[in-house]
Amino acid sequence: MSIDTDTAARVAKLARIRVEDDQLPALAQEFSNILDFIEQLNEVDVEGVEPMVSVTPMRLKRRQDGVTDGNQQDKILSNAPDAREGFFAVPKVVE
Amino acid sequence: MTDLTKMKVAEARDALRAGDVTSVELTEACLGAIDAADALGAFVHKTPEIAMEQAKAADARIKGGEAPSLCGIPMGIKDLFCTRGVPSQAASRILEGFKPEYESTVTGKLFDAGAVMLGKLNMDEFAMGSSNETSCYGNAVNPWRRGNDDTALTPGGSSGGSAAAVAADLCLAATGTDTGGSIRQPAAFTGITGIKPTYGRCSRWGIVAFASSLDQAGPMTKDVRDAAILLQAMCGHDPKDSTSAELAVPDFEAMLTGDIRGKTIGIPREYHMDGMPDEIEALWARGRDMLADAGAKIVDISLPHTKYALPTYYVIAPAEASSNLARYDGVRYGHRARLSQGEGINDMYEKTRAEGFGAEVQRRVMVGTYVLSAGFYDAYYNRARKVRTLIKKDFEDAFASGVDAILTPATPSAAFGLGEMQDADPVQMYLNDVFTVTVNLAGLPGVSVPAGLDKQGLPLGLQLIGRPWEEGDLLNTAYALERAAGFVEKPAKWW
Repeated sequence: MSIDTDTAARVAKLARIRVEDDQLPALAQEFSNILDFIEQLNEVDVEGVEPMVSVTPMRLKRRQDGVTDGNQQDKILSNAPDAREGFFAVPKVVE
Repeated sequence: MTDLTKMKVAEARDALRAGDVTSVELTEACLGAIDAADALGAFVHKTPEIAMEQAKAADARIKGGEAPSLCGIPMGIKDLFCTRGVPSQAASRILEGFKPEYESTVTGKLFDAGAVMLGKLNMDEFAMGSSNETSCYGNAVNPWRRGNDDTALTPGGSSGGSAAAVAADLCLAATGTDTGGSIRQPAAFTGITGIKPTYGRCSRWGIVAFASSLDQAGPMTKDVRDAAILLQAMCGHDPKDSTSAELAVPDFEAMLTGDIRGKTIGIPREYHMDGMPDEIEALWARGRDMLADAGAKIVDISLPHTKYALPTYYVIAPAEASSNLARYDGVRYGHRARLSQGEGINDMYEKTRAEGFGAEVQRRVMVGTYVLSAGFYDAYYNRARKVRTLIKKDFEDAFASGVDAILTPATPSAAFGLGEMQDADPVQMYLNDVFTVTVNLAGLPGVSVPAGLDKQGLPLGLQLIGRPWEEGDLLNTAYALERAAGFVEKPAKWW
């Protein structure tokens, strides 16, 4: 399947990765090559086959819905590029 | 004693317990070897202060008489593991400066057992690669060379730093992780042993996530016995990883008898690939003969969906990666792009991720985004999950027919030159994992054992694939293969 530059631009946008316009044709070509490789899967008869959910048969365990951790605001914020007054700081989102 | 760094874990353990050597001596020897080996690009964050502190504590514990196997053993840790207070950046620019406030479960278990951390090891960015060339730190280099040719070769990937460090005797052992072959392929390229356990054996908590349904940690060591010792310490149930198995961990080392009489070894016909070098075919045939001579019964088997494993992997792994890597947004940790006047939060996300992720990571995140996007989810992602069910069933059928383990080559070639694949299509690079990726898709344990040299003098490995949760039995078969192959070669020191 061939991917055009509009599709490549849309995917980059969805992935929140800035791709300059002059890079889009090369990106679209790479996508097309990878998707061609993936399209081999269309040869497989998957009629009636369940999609895999868990590679080892297991039931996810349940636990008590209780607080087990917390009170470490300083640690949570210690790696933030911009933390102020106990919060993560980001550019203005709401006018 | 100049050869301390060449010791194996089991030898060092015995020498430490006998009082013939101290952990401080071993650790100092390794730190010296590491400082003299910058040309290998293996250690990317050195932690000598932590190492010496841990070594002194280990010596005190050994004197006390109750030291576990790993007490005082100097090791390297792949950069993918979060280690408290020590840079842990998955070889990515986007995690520049990140120092976790917590310890991964696996490294925590190793340190509880007394292991000494020498530093963090190079790898492909976010473990995405087969040559360690996508690292933000630059390449790791294979200590092996082709004869007298000084072309720099890849140690493989993604655990390339771990493989180079163990093969060059910079440390006694190292941790790795394996999503599609990232322990076994570099082990094969550098003449060492590496095992990926059954999915769920090792906790994934605190290991930077790539593809969560495939990722597993495991040891990279100088021989099978050391792999058994390390794996024992790394495994075990962890309530913090919901996919971690609540199963007892057997004494893997005690299971190494070398007796494989009566075992049935399957040889999958689909692993005879077109264009596979004769040397690989010959090595595989020799491995088959070695196991037969050791008393195993050899049977030909079929794993009919093998050819679809790579395309399945290149849907599922990028899909999971695109979701896992969504957390790198420049808000909570790591790199944030500088914004111009008037730019908003979406500019911040897009610029941060464009600057922070390398080309291969960007490519996979976008492919993953595409296969999960509306209109393509069924055609790509759900179809791949169905084929994955069929790939797993192939193995289940083989095991149900009485096969105990499956023997395959570890890689389709020996180590290649750094930069040689530069202009190749990304898909060409993906083919490196053709023999290993099936094992991740099926959640099975797989081990790579060095089995010989090619005509250029480079190591080649064989892979054994085991039944789920039967790492002990698998390691014993690997032990028998190791003894028969008698691989003792080491790279000639040039660094």
